[in-house]
Amino acid sequence: MALIVGQPTDAELTDQLLSPLWGRKSRGWLIAYAIAGLGTLVLLVLATWTVCVGIGLWGNNIPVAWAFAITNFVWWIGIGHAGTFISAILLLFEQRWRTSINRFAEAMTLFAVMQAGLFPILHLGRPWFFYWLLPYPATMQVWPNFKSALPWDAAAVFTYFTISLLFWYLGALPDLAAVRDRTPKRWQKVVYGVLALGWRGSVNHLRHYRIVYGLLGGLATPLVLSVHSVVSSDFAIAQLSGWHSTIFPPYFVAGAIFSGFAMVLTLMVPIRRVFRFQNVITDDHLDNVGKLLLATGWVVDYAYFCEWALAWYGGEKGEMYTMFHGLPFSENAWAFWITMFCNVVVTQAFWFRRVRRSAAIAWVLSIVINIGMWCERFSIIVLSLQRGHLPSMWHAYHPTFVDWGILFGTIAFFALLYLGFLRWFPVVPTSEVRELNHTLARERAEARP
Amino acid sequence: MKRALGLMAEFGTPDEVTAAARTLRASGYRQLDAYVPYPVEGLDEALGFRRSWLNWGAGAAGAFGAAFAFWIQWITNHRLLPLNIGGRPSFAIAAFLIIVFETMVLFTGVAAFVLFFWTCRLPKLAHPLFRVEGFESASVDRFWLGVSADDDQFDVERTESELRRLGATRIEIARGVS
Repeated sequence: MALIVGQPTDAELTDQLLSPLWGRKSRGWLIAYAIAGLGTLVLLVLATWTVCVGIGLWGNNIPVAWAFAITNFVWWIGIGHAGTFISAILLLFEQRWRTSINRFAEAMTLFAVMQAGLFPILHLGRPWFFYWLLPYPATMQVWPNFKSALPWDAAAVFTYFTISLLFWYLGALPDLAAVRDRTPKRWQKVVYGVLALGWRGSVNHLRHYRIVYGLLGGLATPLVLSVHSVVSSDFAIAQLSGWHSTIFPPYFVAGAIFSGFAMVLTLMVPIRRVFRFQNVITDDHLDNVGKLLLATGWVVDYAYFCEWALAWYGGEKGEMYTMFHGLPFSENAWAFWITMFCNVVVTQAFWFRRVRRSAAIAWVLSIVINIGMWCERFSIIVLSLQRGHLPSMWHAYHPTFVDWGILFGTIAFFALLYLGFLRWFPVVPTSEVRELNHTLARERAEARP
Repeated sequence: MKRALGLMAEFGTPDEVTAAARTLRASGYRQLDAYVPYPVEGLDEALGFRRSWLNWGAGAAGAFGAAFAFWIQWITNHRLLPLNIGGRPSFAIAAFLIIVFETMVLFTGVAAFVLFFWTCRLPKLAHPLFRVEGFESASVDRFWLGVSADDDQFDVERTESELRRLGATRIEIARGVS
């Protein structure tokens, strides 16, 4: 597998990977940044309006009380999981191909979790009381109910974000020091000097650093599995047909990693093209991500099948109705059919080596899968809620333009953060790539007779 | 003139710096450190560093976090405000375990991060080593070996010639006030 094309020296690699930080801003970047900024402004306006007026601005109703907000929450959180999968699980499995892509995948995690965090807060209706989730000594002596899934959610998401942030920043320390030492610009020496916190590559520090980095990777690993399991408990512990199922935790985790890998692909293809990183983010990287998409896609498809099989075998009337009539044939059933098309049919394209290795095709398919995964969450949440156990309560859901605006606003905000990251942060971990380069060179030398 | 803190020698490859560290240590030097652009296998043993103790510190913090989370759920949901929801027990270990786990992970991770900076005495933006000429290469492609002036074996001329014999491409004196 070609992880690094050619045999560059350490200095060449460093300059290639870091020079985008002090190179000229391209016009394309500026235009993209401006569009993302405008979209973020829309988000800001709509979120402020929601906080001032209330969530009556959204299409939510009873019984569909969760609707867009929780769909978007689950979608964004899920996207984050692939970043942690790459940076933590593949680290523990000593997969070298993670090296060049782990920094931007982990950044994707952070920014996606930030978007996700907005939704439960806005959905509270009175977001300024969010601290009621915490066990603080209030005069009324009312404490949170820790047997509810919502405090679990808060704990899981907060821990996930914090650990991901620490892991990401710690990994970036040697690179920030390299920027400090290498940049020709005075102000960058100061700014990155401060960000590098005085890192000087001391082996005395490194012996602690490696333990802590490995430890954070080890801690992030169970979080990949636990966070979306906890999110799925929000649904699984309810009595609603279509939600009340023990298959939910693994089903959600697989869906999360699946959608996350789609997002990794969506970001990776333009990054390697724009920055000309094809020598460190090679076709083999694309190939591997494609294979993982296929594998996790099949786990997701298997989970769909299990849900139907369990409903059919269980024979419970409500569950049967939701699975075989509510999902495929009621209002908003388009979400169900798009899910099936994108996640079951389109994913199969990744069986073909030519598809996996063609950046353009893989990129388009990754966006299709992202849409499919959003529709999956929408159909789980909205289509199940529309058809509860009591037919007199049945009610359709129609999103308002505020719902759509906030969804696209978070996509713009994500893009804004991401474009900033691409511009002002070492996108590929140069220190780790240099280490890999050294290892590869040594292996080449040993292979020679 | 500021006091000499020690000698800094630049090496071109990880193997050279590791070999040099091993030789110096064998000839009695104890106050050694190396500055490298990426972790070098075996260099910490060559310099005589022991394995980091931080995982134990972080583990202790994690155990405390788990106990704390369990205690807070027990005291609030069982002792202070027991709610009867559908006849379920107020002391529900299975339901509490999720937050126990998340808090344990959080405390372990944050403690590892904080302890790391505390043991390394970072952040330290101004350090005498940053004034050593050419030291910027330590974060890119050169491997520096430092011998402290506090070392019993240290003697500017003798140490310098030893370093040169070991293949140092460049030797600088680190000066500072500390």
